[in-house]
Amino acid sequence: MRIGIPRESRPGETLVAATTVTAAQLVALGYDVVVESGAGVAADQTDAAFIEAGIRVADADEVWASDIVIKVNAPDADEIWRLQQGATIISLMAPGRSPKLIEQLQAQRVTALAMDAVPRISRAQAMDVLSSMANVAGYRAVIEAAHEFGRQFTGQVTAAGKVPPARVFVVGAGVAGLAAIGAAGSMGAVVRAFDVRPEVAEQVASMGGEFVTLNDPAMEAAASSDGYAKEMTAEQEAATAAMYDEEARNADIVITTALIPGRPAPQLITAETIAQMKTGSVIVDMAAANGGNVALTQADERVVTDNLVTILGYTDLASRLAAQTSQLYGTNVVNLFKLLTPGKDGQLVLNHDDVVQRGITVTQDGESLWPPPPVPVSAGPAAAAPVARPEPVEKKPVDPSRKLVAAALGAVLFALAAAYAPPDFLGHFTVFALAIFVGYYVISNVAHALHTPLMAETNAISGIILVGGILQVGSDNLAVTVLALVAVLVASINIFGGFLVTARMLQMFRKD
Amino acid sequence: MSDFLTSERLPGLIQAAYILAAILFILALGGLSKHETARRGNTFGMAGMGLALVATLVLAARNSEYGDQRPLAVTLVLIAVAMAVGAVIGAWRARTVEMTGMPELVAILHSFVGLAAVLVGFNSYLETSHGEGHLDGSLGTIHDVEVFLGVFIGAVTFTGSIVAYLKLSAMMKSTPLALPGRHLLYLAILVASALLLAWFVPVEGDLGLVPLIAMTALALLLGFHLVAAIGGGDMPVVVSMLNSYSGWAAAAAGFMLSNDLLIIVGSLVGSSGAILSYIMCKAMNRSFVSVIAGGFGSDGAVTGEARDYGEHREVQPDEVAELLADAKSVVITPGYGMAVAQAQYPVAEMTRKLREKGVEVRFGIHPVAGRLPGHMNVLLAEAKVPYDIVLEMDEINADFPETDVVLVIGANDTVNPAALEEPGSPIAGMPVLEVWHAKDVIVFKRSMATGYAGVQNPLFFKDNSRMLFGDAKDRVEDIVRALG
Repeated sequence: MRIGIPRESRPGETLVAATTVTAAQLVALGYDVVVESGAGVAADQTDAAFIEAGIRVADADEVWASDIVIKVNAPDADEIWRLQQGATIISLMAPGRSPKLIEQLQAQRVTALAMDAVPRISRAQAMDVLSSMANVAGYRAVIEAAHEFGRQFTGQVTAAGKVPPARVFVVGAGVAGLAAIGAAGSMGAVVRAFDVRPEVAEQVASMGGEFVTLNDPAMEAAASSDGYAKEMTAEQEAATAAMYDEEARNADIVITTALIPGRPAPQLITAETIAQMKTGSVIVDMAAANGGNVALTQADERVVTDNLVTILGYTDLASRLAAQTSQLYGTNVVNLFKLLTPGKDGQLVLNHDDVVQRGITVTQDGESLWPPPPVPVSAGPAAAAPVARPEPVEKKPVDPSRKLVAAALGAVLFALAAAYAPPDFLGHFTVFALAIFVGYYVISNVAHALHTPLMAETNAISGIILVGGILQVGSDNLAVTVLALVAVLVASINIFGGFLVTARMLQMFRKD
Repeated sequence: MSDFLTSERLPGLIQAAYILAAILFILALGGLSKHETARRGNTFGMAGMGLALVATLVLAARNSEYGDQRPLAVTLVLIAVAMAVGAVIGAWRARTVEMTGMPELVAILHSFVGLAAVLVGFNSYLETSHGEGHLDGSLGTIHDVEVFLGVFIGAVTFTGSIVAYLKLSAMMKSTPLALPGRHLLYLAILVASALLLAWFVPVEGDLGLVPLIAMTALALLLGFHLVAAIGGGDMPVVVSMLNSYSGWAAAAAGFMLSNDLLIIVGSLVGSSGAILSYIMCKAMNRSFVSVIAGGFGSDGAVTGEARDYGEHREVQPDEVAELLADAKSVVITPGYGMAVAQAQYPVAEMTRKLREKGVEVRFGIHPVAGRLPGHMNVLLAEAKVPYDIVLEMDEINADFPETDVVLVIGANDTVNPAALEEPGSPIAGMPVLEVWHAKDVIVFKRSMATGYAGVQNPLFFKDNSRMLFGDAKDRVEDIVRALG
């Protein structure tokens, strides 16, 4: 079968659905690949390079007459019309939001596979273009922000004074958010991040960001089962609104990536918050294509507010790194074709028993198959496992104020007791109390290896009770003298035995 | 001579000597916290003790000069004889004790301090209850309370240490002896002692001996059962706890004799012992109170169900020798079994040979390995293993994934993955040496029996571990021979 790679028709699009490398891989799977002349130029894939890699370069008509056409963006009406009946078209399609596109595809009686409908299961990760592109876009969002931002990201102490690090706040810790956290962090910024799914806190930390937590148990309910974030309920939104406001106002850079599949993006940063932000701050709204997370975002535009906050609504962030994104997209396509070409013979076979293949199929020979049955995601947390785990008895940390009261009470009681105690006793007690603390501090950082000698030593020293015995031997009471002598005897065993055995042990410790 | 003894300057001099001695003791303990300064610390301790003894002898002489007691010379001779006998016994024990027997020696020495505290307490009461030493009013009351407390702590220390000694030297079964309702028993003894104290304080003369002796008997019983109820696995904590008690007993004696030196030293030892016990409890993830109040694993039902852990595999010494010779990095984790088998010398020999072959050998010591804190370190030092390759658990745990071979010699509970993996296990939550991350684990063991905690060890059944059965000493010697 022949695969055609047309030039993208969307104005300004730089991507191409196959690079010289991935086109060759498709050929290796048995396909005949033709690339439209000039299709890859903007992504550094010249016609000459394709020819050198053994790929045929042809004009648009021949490409669109292929059995299979692979694109990046969804085909427009004209392009669909150019397809042959029974052909297969593969591209990003956003089928959930494009009922009209599905109608057109049906009318042309073609098979349409949506690259962005790959279910989020481990097996399908190699074909997940959304992740590939979000990863690149998250990185690029930081670059765009750095470009607009009038200062360095990294904090420095220089001869010309101290430079504080930039503070970056990332909303949404999906692939794009995590990539942004990593990129901003590696440039030296202090990164804070929030996501309605509290379970991603660990991932945020692993990228070097600090997870902003909300002390609201209602947030836990937002954990979703399909790997994407869901839109929050009203009260959850109210609880988070204040947090967004505060975090955004404290940040120099805000990068928003919050998307909800099949719905407009939630608006998280209000116009009031933006008005309160520092002059020179930058907001990158990565959800601009879906309506934006930020109040003043205009898709594909750079907006500067009255208080000089720059809002970037670029929707082509991934395309701004065209060579890399094309390569990643192309590799995802190759991985899909490995799945669709079980015989490696250039024959595309759709197997609807496979959840991945069923999931991406939008139409087949003019019949709409959208939406596919839902696929439970393995990546999600095993929420509320039915195993009746014994609830750990929660140790309530003692209320610090109660501790304080107890300490104060103790001090008062002690003061009262001291007031009635004879001065002699108090003198001894002072010594006693101080010695306890000296003992505590002297011992608390002792090397573990020396515990045994230390114990023998303290044991020898506690033989000091001998002093008591010695003073009592002189008594005129015979019983006292005898008992005292016994005490002196056993205490002496202690002293001599303890010191000598300590010395013997210490003799052994040596270093090479 | 008598001019000197009756001089008004003398009390000041003695006090100065006491203060100096106290400082020397503090320096001694401080010095013992590091290898480099440990020996100097011990010297400080001896110097302090010598100084304190001389000062006390002078004080005793001065007292007899004032009192209408027997001649000074007799007193001094009596003291000298008692001390000489004690010194000979002490020196003999210190010289001949095996390093593996160190826990027993330390335990029995603790009991001596307890005994001495009891005797000194009785004496103090006998002296003040008749004769000119009698105290009136609140001073008398305080003194009575001090005597009572001192004797109580001393008695608990005395029997507790003896039981610890018997358990450690295997003259008594190390399994916890748990009388039904022992917590109530403890409480009853404490209440009864408090009542006896209330009786004891106002009584004059010899009649006061009745409550004092009754309380002593109760305290002896308490000390006995307190330690008898604690299992062998918790012995390191017990020994260090008794160490602490012996300190408090000395401090109490200091109060009743109004002797600041005793108070200082007693509370130094008391608080340091308490800290050591606390450190140890933390290493076992147990609460201090629960160790003292109840035996290990005796409160919760031990999950000794017959679970199928799979097959363990055996290995022969020459195979282990080959494995070791080819390894780059070897970690040895010893336990009480190494002490029992006296295997530290062959282990040191094996270490030396492997190091000569360029193999990196290190030791990983769990904080509660052995029957005394730091027990393994002493044994390895005795066998001349350099202390800089003997590491603590926290220092070595991260290195196991890069380790080729781990030799587990006579350790069991301290290397049990169940502590981390099975929340229901009696040792759950206890930090352990994570040996199973290494490429190969060789376990030296006499049989497939469980460790002190009575818990089966899933480590033995892991794919990367093999068992080397037999006496640890013989097996290590076999390996040394095979290494050539």
